Formats: sequence, structure tokens, C-alpha cells
Amino acid sequence: MSGRTEGGTRARRFCSSSRAADAPMTRALALLRRRLVGSVFVLLIVVIGTFLLLEAAPGDAVDAYIVSTGGDAGMIELLRHRWGLDQSELARLANYLWALLHLDLGQSVTFSRPIRDVILERLPNTLLLMVSATALSFGLGSALGIYAGARPGSLRDRFLSIGSLALYAVPGFWLGLALIIVFAVGLRWLPIGGIETLASDKTGLDRAADIGIHLVLPVSALGFIYLALYLRMMRAGMAEVWRQDFVLAVRARGLSRRRIVLAHVARNALLPLVTMLGLQSAQMLGGSVVIESVFSVPGLGRLAQEAVASRDTPLLLGIILVSAVLVIAINLLVDIAYAFLDPRVGASEAGA
Amino acid sequence: MIPLRRFLHTPEAIAGAILLTALFAMALSASLLFPGDPQAIAGPALLPPFQDWSLPLGTDRLGRDVLAELFHGARTSLAVGLAAAAAALAVGAVVGTLAGFAGGLVDEMLMRTTDAFQTVPSFLLALAFVSVVGPSLGVVVIAIALGTWTGPARVARAEVLSIRERDYVASARAVGMHPLEIAFREVLPNALPPVLAMSSVIVAAAILTEAALSFLGLGDPNRVTWGGMISEGRAVLRTAPFLSIVPGIALVLTVLGIYLAGEGIVETTAVRRGLS
Repeated sequence: MSGRTEGGTRARRFCSSSRAADAPMTRALALLRRRLVGSVFVLLIVVIGTFLLLEAAPGDAVDAYIVSTGGDAGMIELLRHRWGLDQSELARLANYLWALLHLDLGQSVTFSRPIRDVILERLPNTLLLMVSATALSFGLGSALGIYAGARPGSLRDRFLSIGSLALYAVPGFWLGLALIIVFAVGLRWLPIGGIETLASDKTGLDRAADIGIHLVLPVSALGFIYLALYLRMMRAGMAEVWRQDFVLAVRARGLSRRRIVLAHVARNALLPLVTMLGLQSAQMLGGSVVIESVFSVPGLGRLAQEAVASRDTPLLLGIILVSAVLVIAINLLVDIAYAFLDPRVGASEAGA
Repeated sequence: MIPLRRFLHTPEAIAGAILLTALFAMALSASLLFPGDPQAIAGPALLPPFQDWSLPLGTDRLGRDVLAELFHGARTSLAVGLAAAAAALAVGAVVGTLAGFAGGLVDEMLMRTTDAFQTVPSFLLALAFVSVVGPSLGVVVIAIALGTWTGPARVARAEVLSIRERDYVASARAVGMHPLEIAFREVLPNALPPVLAMSSVIVAAAILTEAALSFLGLGDPNRVTWGGMISEGRAVLRTAPFLSIVPGIALVLTVLGIYLAGEGIVETTAVRRGLS
């Protein structure tokens, strides 16, 4: 991570020349294959884990069904048999895995619909929230980090560093409430919650603008917390790059400070942040649970909270599985992006 | 007391020390200053702060003393934060040491399990665990530790990988020590410093997670929590925003104090190591 030198930058230029144009592609594919195999194992462990949690939950699907519909002991017996719940643990795990292979997450008792459909319906809202919040935290965070790290030890560096630490200490849900108090209740500038105005028949751009306005506060609450993370990482990375010999060499070439900061120091400190983007996706998903319930955004997180409230464990575990798949997919994308950005990554792995 | 003076070298560390001292004082004096049940009714409902000096911060929606709740909440936050972080660090250090020292299949299996835990959003995992097992203080601690042991495990493993090739480990092998004894008596203690350096961040994260869980109604119902107070105050957000603002500020100051003190400690030890 700290090994980025001028040589690395040059190597990247070399790789993007036409002679080696196919190299990143091959490396990315090799990396993808390796990671996919690993991901299958990881996912299997997650599935077994969720299955164990499901088993540990008091009551089973039949109990939940009977509570909502009513029925006698014979009915319970019949349903247990029909749903395969009277079989051994291992047989049930096999059934569970078999169903998952067919993308069948089971039936939600609260919604009386397949869990997969309920989750797919909510997923876009969460993705929209996550992508916007990530863009905000990564964009603004790294920009402020560059601004602070350009002059290490300066007043603005110290100020931003402490400010970001304070921001990082704020619980997301509380920041959300504070934003609601100021901008929705006090100033009445923005809606208090929801994803769009209910019962409005807006279409096209009008509807997009409406959703955008509703997303301002939740995206800020989610994004601002992680902004501090990227700011601090950028700043720390730049401090490390400043100490490297090549910076002295670039200085000796007489480049302007602005150019040194942007083209050399910040550029070399940016790569670890890309990795962080993938690692943070799991945290971001977890954070969206609380933010979505503060702002009543009908997404995956709010669904998780509803599942907890109505004791719908299969639904909750379905959400966990889908989140795990999402996190694995995001990290794969980040790895591939990394292979394109940094020519050294994957070169050795592809050869192995 | 030279380390302490060195620790209090920067204004940040001093601020962190003050905040943490205040927090511990609040937590320890809670049952002295506010004996009795903090969840009991103490006065009229929704009394604004600074009106009645026997109830300085006023009362909440059910007439409970906000200041008493704040003190008892400090207790819960601190207890859960410290216990969850201790559990996470212990499990992480053991798993990381075993993986790094054993290598091969054991390493592969332990690290894939670590991957799996890191793939599931830790907050969702905690939510599911508490919701399945039922909310109580111990369950909340385990739920938080479940999602936080992976970081220490990775750091411990990386450290162990570099330590296990050192001479003193080879000599321990030569005198015929049992591999497990080498792992836990020779390697683990030497791999601990970078793992312990993570503790402030982990305690802070644990406190924030506990707050979020109680905010969603999954805290121990028999204890006052800051997250629970914020959640209570949310119902009267328009008329009495104070009720959600105060415990939130307590949370922010607590976590900030832990971060600042943690950075101070890491800097102090770094300076010491640099000198030696």
C-alpha cells in the first residue's frame, strides 16, 4: 500500500499503451475466477450460519402460519410434513440449500408473499440510497482529505482532522433526527421521510425530482458519517506519500505545488480508498437499516426492521443472504476496478 | 508518571481524557446520585429542562427524570462497549493466532469464516441475533462482538505470520514445547500490541452499535440506554426535541472522547517505540 512510487505510475502508463492493452483484461478475468471460487465458499458459510440462526429461532414456519390463520393439531402435523419440517436437521439444511439454488428464499408470513419478491421490491430504494451516500462520502471525503493533506500540520489540516473525528463519532440515526429537526420540522425545506410523495401521479422527470428531494436528508445522514472515514484515510495516505523519495524528485523537477499534490501525492494515496469502498459496503448496508427506519424509506433496511418487529425470522435471514451476495458482488467489482487501476495487482495472482 | 505526561502532551489527548473521566464518573456515580429505579416516574410528564431544580434536565414523555436516565445510560453504554470490545478482541486474537500459526487447511477454514462474517453487514447480524435470542444485556454484548471480532483476527494473523519465523519461536520448538503452548505463550503475547491498538475504535463502534440497537427497540428493556432514550424522544420530536438531542450529545461526546484518548495512547506508545 505504501509501496507506490513514481515507477508504479510509469508502469501504469506503459500498460495502457496499445502494446499491452489486453493485459488488464486478462488479469481481471483471472482475478475474477479466483475470487468467484472463494466467494462460493464464503457464501456457503453464510448460508449455514443463517440456517443455524433460523433453527435457533423459537417456533417454525408452521407455528407462524397457524398463528395467522388458525388450525388444529392435525393441520399442524400435516403442514409440518408437507413443508418437510419433520425431517432431520441435515435433510432440512439440504432442502434449504436446494431451495436457495433455485433462488427460492421461502414464504414471508407477514407479507403472505415469496420473500424473494418482497426483497426485490425494496432493493432498488436501498441501492439508490447506498450509491448516493457512497458518492457523497467518497467524493466530498476524498476532496476534503486532499485539501487537508496538501499541507500537513497546517491549521486547516488540524481543523478538518478534528472536525472529521467529531463527525465520525455521531450516530447515524441521531444525525438523521437532527437533520429532521432542523430542515424538515424547523425550516420546512425538505420532506420528513418517505421515498416519494404518496398518492401523487408524478411521472418521469417530475417523479425523479420528487424522489431526489426525499433522498436529500437520508443520503446526507448516511453519507456524512462515512465522509469522515475517507477524509481521514486520504489525509493519512497523503502524509505517507509525502515522505517518499519520489516526491522530492518531483519537487526537484520544479513542478507547481498544485500539480505535485494532485497528480502525484493525492493520486498515489487514492488507491487504498478504492479498496475501502468495497470493504465499507457492508457497513453502509448496516447503516442504511437505521437511516431507512428514521426516514421511513421503504428499502431493505426498513424491511429488516419490520421483519424484526413482526418476528418474521425467515424474511430477516433472507435479507441477510441478499446483503451478503450484494457485498460480495460489490467487492468483486472493486477488485476488478483495482486490477485496471493498478497494474501490479493481480499480475502475480494471475501467474500463480 | 512520565507516560501519563507524555500522553497528555496534545490538546486532543487532554480533551479525550477529560471526556472519558467524566463518562466514568457518571457511570460509577449513577446509583449513588440517583438511587432507585431510573425508569420510575419522578414528576409530571414532559417537564422542560431548567424549570425545576430537583429535575434539572426535566422529564420525558412518561415523567421519568432525564438526568437520572442519562447517568444510568452512561453505565449501560460503557458496560456494553467494554464487554463487547473485550470479547471481540479476545476471540479475534485467538482465531488470528490459530490461523496464522497453524497455516494450511486450518488457516484457510478460519479465514473463510472470517470472510463470511465480514460479508454479512455486522449491524444486520446483530439485529438478527438479538431478535432470535431475545434482548438482554448479555445477548446484546455477544451480538455486537459477533460482528467486530474479524478486524482483530486479521491483524493478529498478519502479526503472527511475521512472528512465527523468529528465532525465539524456533528455539521454543527446539526445546520441544507443544505447538499450542508456543502459539499462546510465545507468539500471541507478542502479536497483541497492534491488536490492542484497535481497541479504542472497537469500543467506540460497540457503543454506537448498542445505541443503534436500542434505538430500534432491541436493547435490554430493563435498562436505560441512550439509544432507547433517543427512540422515546422521537415520538415527541416536534414538541420536545430536547429529549432526543441530549442523549445524542452524550453519545457523541463519549465516542469522541474514546477516539481522542485512543489516538493519544497510540501516539504515546509510537513515540516510546521510536525512542527505544
